[in-house]
Amino acid sequence: MTDITHSLLYLSGVEVSFDGFRALNGLSLDIRHGEMRAIIGPNGAGKTTMMDVITGKTRPDDGEVLFDRTNDLTKLDEAAIANLGIGRKFQKPTVFEMHTVEDNLLLALRGNRRVVHNLFWRRNAPDEGRIDQILGTIRLGDHRARAAGALSHGQKQWLEIGMLIAQDPKLLLVDEPVAGMTDAETETTADLLREIARDHSVIVVEHDMDFVRRLGVRVTVLHEGSVLAEGSLDQVSANERVIEVYLGR
Amino acid sequence: MIARTFLTDDRRSAIFLGLLAIAAVVVPFCHLVFPPSSLLHIGTSSVALWGKYLSFAILALSLDLIWGYAGILSLGHGAFFALGGYAMGMYLMRQIGSRGVYANPLLPDFMVFLNWKELPWYWWGFDIFPFAALMVVLAPGILAFVFGWFAFRSRVTGVYLSIITQMLTYALWLSFFRNDMGFGGNNGLTDFKDILGFPVQAPATRAALFSITAMTLMLCYIVARYVVASKLGKVLVAIRDAESRTRFLGYRVDAYKTFLFTLSAAMAGIAGALYVPQVGIINPSEFHPAQSIEVVLWVAVGGRGTLVGAALGAILVNFAKTTFTSGILAPYWLFVLGALFVLVTRFLPNGIVGTFFDVAADTRSARRPAHAGSTSASGRLREAESEAPLK
Repeated sequence: MTDITHSLLYLSGVEVSFDGFRALNGLSLDIRHGEMRAIIGPNGAGKTTMMDVITGKTRPDDGEVLFDRTNDLTKLDEAAIANLGIGRKFQKPTVFEMHTVEDNLLLALRGNRRVVHNLFWRRNAPDEGRIDQILGTIRLGDHRARAAGALSHGQKQWLEIGMLIAQDPKLLLVDEPVAGMTDAETETTADLLREIARDHSVIVVEHDMDFVRRLGVRVTVLHEGSVLAEGSLDQVSANERVIEVYLGR
Repeated sequence: MIARTFLTDDRRSAIFLGLLAIAAVVVPFCHLVFPPSSLLHIGTSSVALWGKYLSFAILALSLDLIWGYAGILSLGHGAFFALGGYAMGMYLMRQIGSRGVYANPLLPDFMVFLNWKELPWYWWGFDIFPFAALMVVLAPGILAFVFGWFAFRSRVTGVYLSIITQMLTYALWLSFFRNDMGFGGNNGLTDFKDILGFPVQAPATRAALFSITAMTLMLCYIVARYVVASKLGKVLVAIRDAESRTRFLGYRVDAYKTFLFTLSAAMAGIAGALYVPQVGIINPSEFHPAQSIEVVLWVAVGGRGTLVGAALGAILVNFAKTTFTSGILAPYWLFVLGALFVLVTRFLPNGIVGTFFDVAADTRSARRPAHAGSTSASGRLREAESEAPLK
């Protein structure tokens, strides 16, 4: 039995299969408070399914998923899990295209999600201040009144990261944040994530090894739905089995 | 730019509400004050007709609220309209009292005809106007709430939801045809005499009903406008464009949809209640799926997601319907309706009002080069819709 008193997120023996295909096969993972973790693995290793399980999109067939020691995530739906403090950034940037940058952040801003509350919600200084601050962090201050759909790909990624910051979750799940980004944008994104990691726990799923190296955090390698190796990037890239899986030897 | 959008929107609202306010005063005035010989006189049939158009405008507004702003395409909104209409019809039936053909003080004629001995329990209380008025909102509202609760919690969306809404109205259509249901069967409810003690057919009553309908449309518009401009409205648009993303932000999508669907159904019920005394009859044909599909057409023609457009579309299409279904053009109405739908979706995908405001917005942004691009509301709607839904 692992000591889970310091765990923010604890996965143990998680099994998921779709029509006989075992997407997750006894996956176990332990994320500490304030930790930033990179998850890598070849296609079909179960990275996205793992995120789906944590955020309530997919129910595991078996296994334990605990958040903050007491919350059983397998029993909750997406909205309840989001409100517990787990934020998710998708691989394909999904912002609300019709809304302005500012409104995207407003919708993400941590606060009451109830229908009646939002029917009678009024603009207020604390919310505005928080949005201004986030706009600065994600370097979109000049674009606040633009429709999010009109932003460039990289800007949309940052806006989505900004929406995560606005949610102020305890744990952020970030799926391939630098896919399709230029080198300069990748650099900026790495800075952004390190900034966020100062006061949040973060899980980053990424293919780009240079980017993972730049983050300089502990790495978990997934393969066929379970953990193949764990450690620093140098450690795992020296691991025989990891080399085998990645290079097919 | 936000300020500018609000300015245009509010100007649009101001013009719309202003015109309605004028109509609410001028039409009854012209009907009552000027003698029929005068050029300024508005005849009884015209007042009733335009009152009917305005009640349809409320129905269209209620549909635009859910279709335009939350992407819920109801193909059965006529059901809520008809339920509101029946609630009002039941009140009007009870007001007939012993003046019916069979002079039964308690039972409406059709019940006497069917040899019923006592009033069914669900007719109780409908002789009291406040109770009937409450039912106008509650009957469609509760049905919509229960329907929405199940449908939205089970995450039924898109075309599947549309089909279920159509089944709902179809089922009600079949049920209300049955004499055993106790709503007058095929003939429905008619031969109304009084409303709140005023004779339904009297010019003054007709004028008042028209005014009340115009004012109710104003009120419904203000409510709808408030809802879509609120933060809740932003959440709804977010749900429409990226439902699962909204869920991952912690919003209970089903609660938001159920709220809006219920509000919309209540509004449709009010529209039905205003329709019935002006038309003088409510029968099961209002439940027919074709009626509900026509409502979708009004909204599409006027401009989905514009509110004002939905109301104008309802008035315009129904005005055309009246024109074309009388006289030599009568056999061709359905062709006209079909052609209208094809032409509007082909050439004006944002509807008449939507296109008009797009052009106006584009002219403005052309004058002001900063942050130009396709950022007008319905232009973006078109873009967002063409994208594959988030899985």
